[in-house]
Amino acid sequence: MYTASDLRKGLRIKIENDPYIITEFNFVKPGKGQALYRCKLRNMINGNQFERTFRSVDVFAPADLQEKKMQYLYKEEGKYCFMDNQSYEQVFLTEDQVGEAKNFLLDNIEAEILLFEDKPLGISLPNFIEVTVTKADPWAKGDSVSGNTKPVTVETGYQLQVPPFIEEGERIRIDTRSGEYLTRVKG
Amino acid sequence: MDESWRLIAKEDALKLRARMIQAIRRFFLERDFLEIETPCRIPAPAPESHIEAVASGEWFLHTSPELCMKRLLAAGYPKIFQICRCFRGGERGDRHLPEFTLLEWYRRGADYLALMDDCEALIGAVAEELGFAGEIPRQGRLIRLLPPWERLTVREAFARYAPLTVSEALGSDRFEEIMACAIEPCLGVERPVFLYEYPVALGALARVKAGDPEVVERFELYIGGMEMANAFSELNDAGEQRRRFEEAVRSRRLQGGAVYPMPEPFLDALPQMHPSAGIALGVDRLAMILAGKDKIDDVVAFTPEFL
Repeated sequence: MYTASDLRKGLRIKIENDPYIITEFNFVKPGKGQALYRCKLRNMINGNQFERTFRSVDVFAPADLQEKKMQYLYKEEGKYCFMDNQSYEQVFLTEDQVGEAKNFLLDNIEAEILLFEDKPLGISLPNFIEVTVTKADPWAKGDSVSGNTKPVTVETGYQLQVPPFIEEGERIRIDTRSGEYLTRVKG
Repeated sequence: MDESWRLIAKEDALKLRARMIQAIRRFFLERDFLEIETPCRIPAPAPESHIEAVASGEWFLHTSPELCMKRLLAAGYPKIFQICRCFRGGERGDRHLPEFTLLEWYRRGADYLALMDDCEALIGAVAEELGFAGEIPRQGRLIRLLPPWERLTVREAFARYAPLTVSEALGSDRFEEIMACAIEPCLGVERPVFLYEYPVALGALARVKAGDPEVVERFELYIGGMEMANAFSELNDAGEQRRRFEEAVRSRRLQGGAVYPMPEPFLDALPQMHPSAGIALGVDRLAMILAGKDKIDDVVAFTPEFL
């Protein structure tokens, strides 16, 4: 069981037998009052979304999902194909089911495919991935650590803001949950 | 290089924060307040239903300097203030850090209305010193600082912004939820708001209002939809204070929370305390307002995640 303090973006919980994923999370607490955990949840089967506020005393069951390690093969006609490397079984996920993860689908990347009663529902990637920067404006030295950011494109086509010292061809680590830059990978 | 990039990005906010703290200090020193430091490691924090003290050996880190400050008031100090780090377990969000900075000040012989005047003067003076001309930009709008600020009772706030009354909210244990989700975002958007006269059940260490036994003389200051400060006309009836502490202990037990020893030296000192008023203001949050930031992370150099 989870308690309210376990709640965070991306956590999957069961409500009335359906699996839900927390898509937004905020801790709120009036100074003298009890802590509140404001969540946006999405039903992982029908996609319905709603907002709910939980309290410290609430407890939650983990969502009843199976996870299977599968390898990303290709995308065709808006469907993403993944394969189980043991059984060679293939599954197809829609754009919606893949969601934000599409930004980080490196060739042959291994992902956890979520299954609910054998039907694919979604995907979870490793929290951190390393990618190559394929497009970046050159670093104008001098404004070295000005605290600014600049946009770059990485090999999956995803665009994000990074520190100005990141150059084309460098490897960077990204947090796949927030989509944000973490650090430069020295290679 | 990533570390310096991250820290340098905060330079403007950290500079503003430093100037703000100096301006706060100057404000109180010019008004003959005595700056006090009290220990942050104490044997018995005030029992409150929803504030978690962090253990430190067999003692605790203080959740606010309140109890020691009031013992000084009881001993006769007329005007005192403190700026210090405080610690509260389990509090982390866009507006919360488990270790944060509080400003507290106390006035002997005053009630909470005097503290409203102090807030207007303090924040007005600090904003002016930081170069604001009576207005603070926030989320594309301007918050006007010219006093008097709006004064709204909790009862009025529920009538204006909530679908139910205060007593209905308390009865269904939804007071905080309504407050946080429906009311707070509307408070202090055009000018700061004092939300005052809290139900007696939420009195903590506040005095019951003369002539209205259902409310206490407590207010919270809101700016830009954010709670900035909490103030009381201080309760100085030791018997009543003990009864409220015991109730908080009971409620903590029911929730499975840690139970602290009773702060006996504070309760012993309370009968000597003249009628007084005291307030705690979140220094980090004031920096957020003045620096135009939505996350507390942006006004401190380090958050726990980067230690």
